[in-house]
Amino acid sequence: MTSVWTQLEPHLAGVEKPARYIGLELGAQRPTHGPHAVSWLLTYPDTYEIGLPNQGLQILYEILNERDDAVAERAYSPWTDLEAVMRRERIPLFSVDTHRPGAEFDVLAFNLSAELTYTNLLNAVDLAGVPVRSGERRPEHPLVAAGGHCTYNPEPLADFLDFVVLGDGEEVVSDITVVLREWKASRCSEGSREAVLRQLSHIEGVYVPSMYDVDYDGPSIREVRPRYPDVPERVEKRTIADLGQWPYPRNQLVPLTEVVHDRLNVEVFRGCTRGCRFCQAGMITRPVRERPADQVRTMVRDGLRRTGYDEVALTSLSTADFSGIETTVRDIVDDPTSCGQVSVSLPSLRVDAFTVGIAGQIQKARRTGLTFAPEAGTWRMRQIINKLIREEDLYSAVDSAFSSGWRRVKLYFLTGLPSETDEDTLGIVELARNCVEIGRTHTKGVSVKASVGGFVPKPFTPFQWFGQNTVAELGRKIGLLRDAAKRTKALQLTWHDPRATLAEGLASRGDRRLGPVIESVWRQGGTFQEWSEHFDLTLWHKAMADAGLDIDWYVHRHRTENEVLPWDHISAGLHKDFLWQDWQDALAEVGLPDCRWTPCYDCGACTGYGIEHVVASATAPAGGSQGTAQDLSTGHIVPVTLRPRGYAEAHP
Amino acid sequence: MSGDRLRVRFSKHGKIRFTSHRDVARIWERSLRRAQIPVAYTEGFSPRPKLSFGLALSTGYESRGEYLDVALREGDELIEPDEIARRVAPGLPIGLDVQVVARLEAGADSLQQTVTSCTWHLEIGDVGPDAVAAAIEAALAADALPLTRDRKGQTVTDDVRPAILTARVVEPANDGGSAVGTTVEAELATQPRALRPAELVGAIAPPEPAWTLVRVTRINQWTRAGGARREVIPLPPAATRAPHAEARAS
Repeated sequence: MTSVWTQLEPHLAGVEKPARYIGLELGAQRPTHGPHAVSWLLTYPDTYEIGLPNQGLQILYEILNERDDAVAERAYSPWTDLEAVMRRERIPLFSVDTHRPGAEFDVLAFNLSAELTYTNLLNAVDLAGVPVRSGERRPEHPLVAAGGHCTYNPEPLADFLDFVVLGDGEEVVSDITVVLREWKASRCSEGSREAVLRQLSHIEGVYVPSMYDVDYDGPSIREVRPRYPDVPERVEKRTIADLGQWPYPRNQLVPLTEVVHDRLNVEVFRGCTRGCRFCQAGMITRPVRERPADQVRTMVRDGLRRTGYDEVALTSLSTADFSGIETTVRDIVDDPTSCGQVSVSLPSLRVDAFTVGIAGQIQKARRTGLTFAPEAGTWRMRQIINKLIREEDLYSAVDSAFSSGWRRVKLYFLTGLPSETDEDTLGIVELARNCVEIGRTHTKGVSVKASVGGFVPKPFTPFQWFGQNTVAELGRKIGLLRDAAKRTKALQLTWHDPRATLAEGLASRGDRRLGPVIESVWRQGGTFQEWSEHFDLTLWHKAMADAGLDIDWYVHRHRTENEVLPWDHISAGLHKDFLWQDWQDALAEVGLPDCRWTPCYDCGACTGYGIEHVVASATAPAGGSQGTAQDLSTGHIVPVTLRPRGYAEAHP
Repeated sequence: MSGDRLRVRFSKHGKIRFTSHRDVARIWERSLRRAQIPVAYTEGFSPRPKLSFGLALSTGYESRGEYLDVALREGDELIEPDEIARRVAPGLPIGLDVQVVARLEAGADSLQQTVTSCTWHLEIGDVGPDAVAAAIEAALAADALPLTRDRKGQTVTDDVRPAILTARVVEPANDGGSAVGTTVEAELATQPRALRPAELVGAIAPPEPAWTLVRVTRINQWTRAGGARREVIPLPPAATRAPHAEARAS
């Protein structure tokens, strides 16, 4: 067996948190490699603590290992101390399962959840001993692939990725494996690489960047054109119709050392149609597909028993919207077969009086902090982003939280949203300060934290045409907020570094010409850009200047209606004219209801693929929800969102 | 029976030695829950399972004898210690192995109070046995061995000579590890303050050549009762087989 363990072992005592590199988790597999099986190295391009809990990779890890013709192992970015050792000692990127060198796999497959990990992807490919540019790879090299939300604009990474997977991975990994099985047999022959990539491009949901030419007209894109007639002009995403057919992960990994989201995770539904206009996840994962409640209960019960966790998260983009959420939660908490104390966390939960009530039921013991995400400070702004929360609703939720014994409330906001005025910005502090006042009527030890992130427009959202705020403008807004918040001691303000927001914006809506920029930032040592201690905007500025590219043009410029966007040859199902109309509605301060419980407005996500919502209840959940027969002009009965502890680490 | 306390002896070998003391605590919490052992919880705001560990083993060190005390919930049926060992063992990660479980008498001392010294094997790389033996001999003959350490932010110099109970060069243990240097067996006191293996090296190694600790293994944890020294829980004859050789092979 090929393993770098004996080379690695003597150095582990000298690096931070060496348990990240040993594998051995409950649920880890030691698959048998062989000529019959396509081998995948599923890699998260950030640290083990961030990457291990990633549910997408865990699902694919199991599905692939269940197949007779595939094996899958896992890898994560080594921290900088170990990377230095690996480069010095010539130890390649390795899997944590069997410590197999990365270059011995057939596919290096990356999960891309954040733009600032792009340089880590290049670093991992390089550590594996594989050329970072796809054009320089030889027949003996693995194929380099990526999936995950960021791949809806894969263009900045087009130079480095052999193929890209769009949408749900459950089915498409098997389709890909079937094609690669044939290729594996004849892998080392000249031309086999190009041939297999062309074959892969025929699979729905697979995009092969090298099969497309891009024509420019000055700085603008004129056209993106397939190089061969059999390669599709537009690549559609994959969507699984029924989440109930995929009860994965069946054997969630239980790490030996501390990671984020260290608990059992059960996905209760995929997709969200609340229609928040800033939210890429809600746009690209449509439609809503609920898991049957019985299956949720079984997965929770079996999962807790198998893992020994005492906490389960019911995950989705808005868990309070799950049909029958109250009953499901109660059944879990009251299950007599669960050994000891089980707590339930509900990420992205709406918080109205109803949901604070649920939170009260399940957090009897550790009632420390609740998180709400109103996202914007004024009603006008919340109409623009289509997150229709009235002030009164937030206040009653906060009142309910403090009166039920919570003492800390955290509020999430965005700044730099379209048409935001200083009045809108300052509304953030006003809302937060009013929450402090409400808390004071219940407790002396009140603490309200307002966390402010700079808004980054994302592809396939109505805001994809919006010019992002500059670093200076975001800095000015944060300054306004700091001054305003100063007078209230119980209010703590935290903010995201506007310089990191700029780099994220660059990668988010960039095109193929950014390839050399990302490569240059990486070559100058710019890895772990998600980490504030490693982030360095000067590397990005320099790389852009060297490439002769204009940051303003890429990041701060408003796009026009007829402009060819770098991702126009990719499809998330959404009609471009729907997104444009929603953008116009946003600017007109007009809201849009949730189509789960109201008539279809044909965004394209269902109709184009012949699928539809899978929702157990035809009526909106109790407690009032956005878009359910409420009067959108006044924001009657509206939701708030709750996020759990740990959200901040996962969404830095 | 209600409110029983159990003492578990386990070993830690191979890859898993890179987990920290806190990691091991968390692994035990989950493993006991998986085995459906009715562990008692603390009262109050944030209930925790009542587990207590002895002297922390440094990350990277191995052990043939770690200990853990487990308080069982009151009002549950009696579970025999052997039964607990049998239920927990299959769910432990490779490299952590239950050796023996014993019931604690009411009022028994905590592990921190009970353990008075530990025997260690220190594998020192790239230094020959003669040089090591000479350094040990000189150290043991000294009246005092001052060692400067950081303690809670302050620099303190202690005489650590009294904490070195025995020290000698031994043949490398044949347990699957790859001995590349000289192995020292040392018994070091844990009270009033524990002397750690790395501190022993700091106190006795000559300035040149530098001693590198390649591998450190805790062999025994000792307690003293009525003048006699004995292991906190001796291994039953059947448990002397070394499961760590398998862990190393993993």
